[in-house]
Amino acid sequence: MPTSSLVMFEEEFKQITAVIDRLLKEANAKVVFLVDKDGQLIAASGETGDMDTTSLASLTAGNIAATGGLAKLIGEKEFSILFHEGEKDNLHISIVGQRVILVVIFDQRSSLGLVRLRVKKANDELNAILQKLLQRVEKKPAAQENLLAEITDSDIDKLFH
Amino acid sequence: MSFINYSSREINCKIVYYGPGLCGKTTNLSFIFKKTNPEHRGKMISLATETERTLFFDFLPLSLGDIKGFKTRFHLYTVPGQIFYDASRKLILKGVDGIVFVADSQIERMDANIESFENMKVNLNEQGYDLAAIPYVIQYNKRDLANVAPVAELKKVLNGNGVPDFEAVAAAGSGVFETLKAIVKLVLIELKKGT
Repeated sequence: MPTSSLVMFEEEFKQITAVIDRLLKEANAKVVFLVDKDGQLIAASGETGDMDTTSLASLTAGNIAATGGLAKLIGEKEFSILFHEGEKDNLHISIVGQRVILVVIFDQRSSLGLVRLRVKKANDELNAILQKLLQRVEKKPAAQENLLAEITDSDIDKLFH
Repeated sequence: MSFINYSSREINCKIVYYGPGLCGKTTNLSFIFKKTNPEHRGKMISLATETERTLFFDFLPLSLGDIKGFKTRFHLYTVPGQIFYDASRKLILKGVDGIVFVADSQIERMDANIESFENMKVNLNEQGYDLAAIPYVIQYNKRDLANVAPVAELKKVLNGNGVPDFEAVAAAGSGVFETLKAIVKLVLIELKKGT
């Protein structure tokens, strides 16, 4: 049986968006996004207009999964920070609370040092929100059950028409 | 592991196509990509070698429409089928909501099918899953070739649990959407049951 679903509510979503919006400004970044380890995009902030965020999310999760595999091979638990340097844009990837991935895309208007500093602060805040979210899901799965229980077979069939 | 977002009103699920090397997993995804309205799908990403063998995974995001006001999105992944990419296969199975096992119907690939099926069970167990508890369907691919094993025999060897199974010629598209529909339906029913 798969582990419990990740569930996001309005309140936590707003809090998360507020944190990554602030991180975007404070780190002078181009884009910040949050992805769960299975590759689902949770939230994004910044110049995401012509960016394929779905693919970015999936590849980021693949990247973290692959480096996590490498880490285990050399006896590490995981590599909590990855940095990819490009000609113009750079990627800073970090793991939040072992469950989600925070990605910051930045160019020469910022620096690795600044990004690392701001990410550290945002990481703690995001971790706190996620812990709260997980507790909330454990305590009150009622809303989720209602929605899913209401799905009928004909709803499912309609998806393919 | 599905992701239900009440804020953006979305349900996201992950489906993995598993099977031996060259059985047609990527071909299934390519056909779905070709035949789906661009509004309902994202880009297909293939992390493949220069000879077009899957190296890490293929990825295709699909958006199937609304259920009770929630957008349903399915992320389709394939695993690399070649035996020596086992470490990558394990990673891709993480968080899976449903599996399509693609079998190569050719008689000489029977052993490869069995080996891949057993490998899938082992890898699922390592992630803490049990195949019996995960929605999955089986596709007998390449039915157009001359040297194929009878479906009854494939069923006997691969489908002891009696899950939905389909004959297919993925390169021509037959059976591809039937298989996809079946797994989507099973995943949503599982979600409804409340995991």
